[in-house]
Amino acid sequence: MADTMQFDLVSPERKLASGAVRAVQIPGAEGDLTAMPEHAPMITTLRPGILTTEGPDGETRYVVTGGFAEITPAGTTVLAERAFAAGPEGRTVLEALLAETREKAAGLSGPEKDVLDKVAGDLERTIAALA
Amino acid sequence: MPSLKDLKNRIESVKSTRKITKAMQMVAAAKLRRAQEAAEAARPYAEKMADVVNGLAASVAGSDTAPKLLAGTGSDQTHLLVVMTAERGLCGGFNSSIVKIARYRAEKLLSEGKTVKILTVGKKGREQLKRDLAAHLVAHMDLSEVKRVGYDNADDIARQIFAMYEAGDFDVATIFYNRFESVISQVPTPQQIIPAEVPEDAEAGALYDYEPSEEAILEDLLPRSVTTQIFTALLENGASEQGARMSAMDNATRNAGDMIDRLTIQYNRSRQAAITKELIEIISGAEAL
Repeated sequence: MADTMQFDLVSPERKLASGAVRAVQIPGAEGDLTAMPEHAPMITTLRPGILTTEGPDGETRYVVTGGFAEITPAGTTVLAERAFAAGPEGRTVLEALLAETREKAAGLSGPEKDVLDKVAGDLERTIAALA
Repeated sequence: MPSLKDLKNRIESVKSTRKITKAMQMVAAAKLRRAQEAAEAARPYAEKMADVVNGLAASVAGSDTAPKLLAGTGSDQTHLLVVMTAERGLCGGFNSSIVKIARYRAEKLLSEGKTVKILTVGKKGREQLKRDLAAHLVAHMDLSEVKRVGYDNADDIARQIFAMYEAGDFDVATIFYNRFESVISQVPTPQQIIPAEVPEDAEAGALYDYEPSEEAILEDLLPRSVTTQIFTALLENGASEQGARMSAMDNATRNAGDMIDRLTIQYNRSRQAAITKELIEIISGAEAL
């Protein structure tokens, strides 16, 4: 069994990361999951959160705000709406996004509001995890 | 017969025109490189997105639960043409070629008794279409303030289109843009974005587990796929515009060079003629003595 797999992180504007990794922790919409080589093929949507890769040079953390991931036995491709390396500069982006989401949620009610409230919660936790 | 002074002025003015077109060509070349890089960088995302959406769409197609963006409204009476052109001119046939295929399509649809609505992106297309299809222009997206096209711009356009779709303003949406092939060749391309077109040979992505369900993922992905297609079109258009401008300005520079050569020959001939005339006058004056 191969002990690494191909990992690609792409956003609409550019490719952020590409290389061999041992494992990827993905913030899936239905819960976190870790993809390792020989994982059963699956496609999942993402919630805002932190994506961690375990590569030969140690752990790397990225912030993703949504999108989806395609996992195959040979590798994992993450198509993120917006993604950047985890760091203090990402905070301002996330905070702006949080404010925007809250504003939108305030004008809605019912299930739509619940969805946005969940996104806002995820964003809050991501910001807290970055600090 | 222009005087020597006129010719000299004319040569000077053509020379400065050549300087300008040469500079524009070099600017376009630099911008083209950047635009090509941007288009290149966006490709992996767009390709993957198309793969996944096609796989999903093939397995969901035909079922009653297929999202509206995939299944369509069940009619094709009202067409929305999204005509994407540049904000600036001086780029050869770039804008005209897009407008031409869009106009052709509009006329064909109208002759079939369909309703046509046009959304323009970029000032130049709007100016050209205003002449004969003004009644069909419904909206315009202005990108003149945008220096580098980003995903956000595509998102704005997509949102406008989705809002119109939700309101039942149209049944079928097609984008018109120039696909970048090379510096000398840009292909005007129509592309249907709503309802999503699934290639015949798309394989059903049956081997994947989906989390949450296939339908839920498709529901989430289809709008993004449309936005991605618009974004790709914007980038291709950007690269095409610079390519078209570069070759147009290259031609202009060369034409200016030819014109300078011709004018210089004419100037030298006139000068020589004037000298010869003066010599004849002097000699015949001396002989008369």
